[in-house]
Amino acid sequence: MAESIKILTEHFHQEGIEKLDVYKKHGGYAGLEKALKTMSPEQVVEEVKTSGVRGRGGAGFPMGMKWGFLAKPEGVPRYLVCNGDESEPGTFKDHYLMMKCPHLLIEGMIISSFALGANTSFIYVRGELMYVINILEKAIAEAKAAGYLGKNILGTGFDLELVVQPGGGAYICGEETALLESLEGKRGNPRNKPPFPAVKGLYQCPTVVNNVESIATTPWIMLNGGEAYSKIGIGRSTGTKLISASGHVKNPGVYEIELGLPVEEFIYSDQYLGGIREGHDLKAVVAGGSSVPILPKHLILKTAAGEPRLMSYESLSEGGFASGTMLGSGGFIAMDETTCIVRNTWNFARFYRHESCGQCSPCREGTGWMEKVLYRLEHGKGNERDIDLLVDVAKKIEGNTICPLGDAAAWPVASAIRHFREEFEWHVRHPELAIAPGAVFNKETEAVLN
Amino acid sequence: MHNMTATVAFTPERLEKVKEIIGRYPEGKQKSALLPVLHLAQEQHGWVSSETMDYVAELLNIQPVEVYEVATFYTMFHLEPVGKHVIEYCRTGPCCTMGGEEVYAHLRERLGIETGETTADGKFTIKEVECLAACGWGPCFQIREKYYMHLTNQKVDEIIDELSK
Ligand SMILES: Cc1cc2nc3c(=O)[nH]c(=O)nc-3n(C[C@H](O)[C@H](O)[C@H](O)COP(=O)(O)O)c2cc1C
Ligand code: SF4
Ligand code: FES
Repeated sequence: MAESIKILTEHFHQEGIEKLDVYKKHGGYAGLEKALKTMSPEQVVEEVKTSGVRGRGGAGFPMGMKWGFLAKPEGVPRYLVCNGDESEPGTFKDHYLMMKCPHLLIEGMIISSFALGANTSFIYVRGELMYVINILEKAIAEAKAAGYLGKNILGTGFDLELVVQPGGGAYICGEETALLESLEGKRGNPRNKPPFPAVKGLYQCPTVVNNVESIATTPWIMLNGGEAYSKIGIGRSTGTKLISASGHVKNPGVYEIELGLPVEEFIYSDQYLGGIREGHDLKAVVAGGSSVPILPKHLILKTAAGEPRLMSYESLSEGGFASGTMLGSGGFIAMDETTCIVRNTWNFARFYRHESCGQCSPCREGTGWMEKVLYRLEHGKGNERDIDLLVDVAKKIEGNTICPLGDAAAWPVASAIRHFREEFEWHVRHPELAIAPGAVFNKETEAVLN
Repeated sequence: MHNMTATVAFTPERLEKVKEIIGRYPEGKQKSALLPVLHLAQEQHGWVSSETMDYVAELLNIQPVEVYEVATFYTMFHLEPVGKHVIEYCRTGPCCTMGGEEVYAHLRERLGIETGETTADGKFTIKEVECLAACGWGPCFQIREKYYMHLTNQKVDEIIDELSK
């Protein structure tokens, strides 16, 4: 791919882009002016449908279609809630977007609220990012002073208040119904669905929940049209995607890529990750945040059929779970040959055990169990049966829980064993070479074990 | 009891802020203010005691148990006294891939304490946290609102030196 198209980040390097006047100088708020002054809410929804843009929070559900499902009973308020919880390991793109260019999200929130008929909208940001919350609040005050928020915006009769809500440290609050519970001042326990948020969401009113990056695409779509957006990318993976890259690459960071970019180019080209760190070789990649299946080098670069793997929803999932993975949230974690897959899998398992809300027993018990067994294996105390036990526990969690956190916990374990089984077996056969028990990262797991 | 309330009471500026926060939500939905108000409480006291929770319940006109169940669910709230600087260290995969475990061992050695402990002079507490959404800039930790990224042993020493002054 030649010149890469930048839809979201084109002006991010401009000095002072977090300020309203600089943002406006680079075309900011023009999409909003066009939408509010020349379009009806229905037309805005249509443009977003035409664009084909899919939710960037992980599930990839078409945004326009979701907007179309919103119930509109007479006399009942509707809400738009932006999901900035961003707690999926490997994912830090929304953090980057909100910190660099808060007005892009705010402009997108105003356009989207207008389309949905919401007069109070929320941006829920993980509580750890208090400095980002301050940046957003400052930008909201600026937008309000400029007449983009408040009563009768730009004389169009549309009213909107924008509220930034901090979380309190809980990955599960990224799940949309847990997020709504949290926003109501409760524990983040996911709700049973149905009813879906589109019918009964925040305060039991119709609600749309969308990711930060999803919302941020709307100013460009308003200005350039949904048709133009749909021509970027590949197939049903339209547009660009923010990828947050970490691990053993030369240039970790956040990249905006056109969907359809070959994975090989993304990893090895100097325009992107610049390859694996000096003197090392790629071993495995987790392409879409910790929840998606891990793939060994040969399967991330090429599909099982030998086709080049592309950064798109379809290509990454080609081959299903046998040989594929998912684009997910775009958290791209690269690991070189020094990485112990068992240790990494244990680390992720601990994460999911820690973050399980505990409502359903397969998730609550299963995540704890997987962590325990992985800890045993990693510390040279496991046996051959443990590996099958892990597969079995993962299978029993999958599909049997209220929310997808259960699946998210099971997939990394199942895929690590599928592709790196010999490494687990090695830990069983060479207990003396497995990591010394004295080198425990923390005491908590030992307590779990005892 | 009255004395208790006096010690946990918000400063007048924070009380103003609480009013403003409650005004953000629809009539009767003031419980939505709970997380932001708990953050304010922790900002003032450094931690959230049960007296503070009772006080917050009173301010928001909700039951104390509604505050307890929330404060205990979210990991950011310290339910016991902590040191002046709480170091919240990321222990999750991507940061570990980038050398996070080695740097964490150095930090503990440097301060002479383990996870969850506070230094004898009351200056530092270390806690382990999960992914802070800064994975490509790791290893990292957070002290209050500030993120410290691209950590190395040397950088950790510099930060501790600076904060020990
Ligand atoms: C355990 C869990 C954590 C999630 N975390 C996030 C998150 O941090 N940010 C996000 O946008 N979506 C997250 N999601 C997905 C949301 O439930 C929801 O699908 C998304 O916010 C919808 O927005 P989108 O359609 O624009 O992607 C999470 C889902 C699960 C099951
Ligand atoms: S799957 Fe896990 S996180 Fe989700 S509701 Fe059940 S226990 Fe809670
Ligand atoms: S893993 Fe440490 S910030 Fe994400």
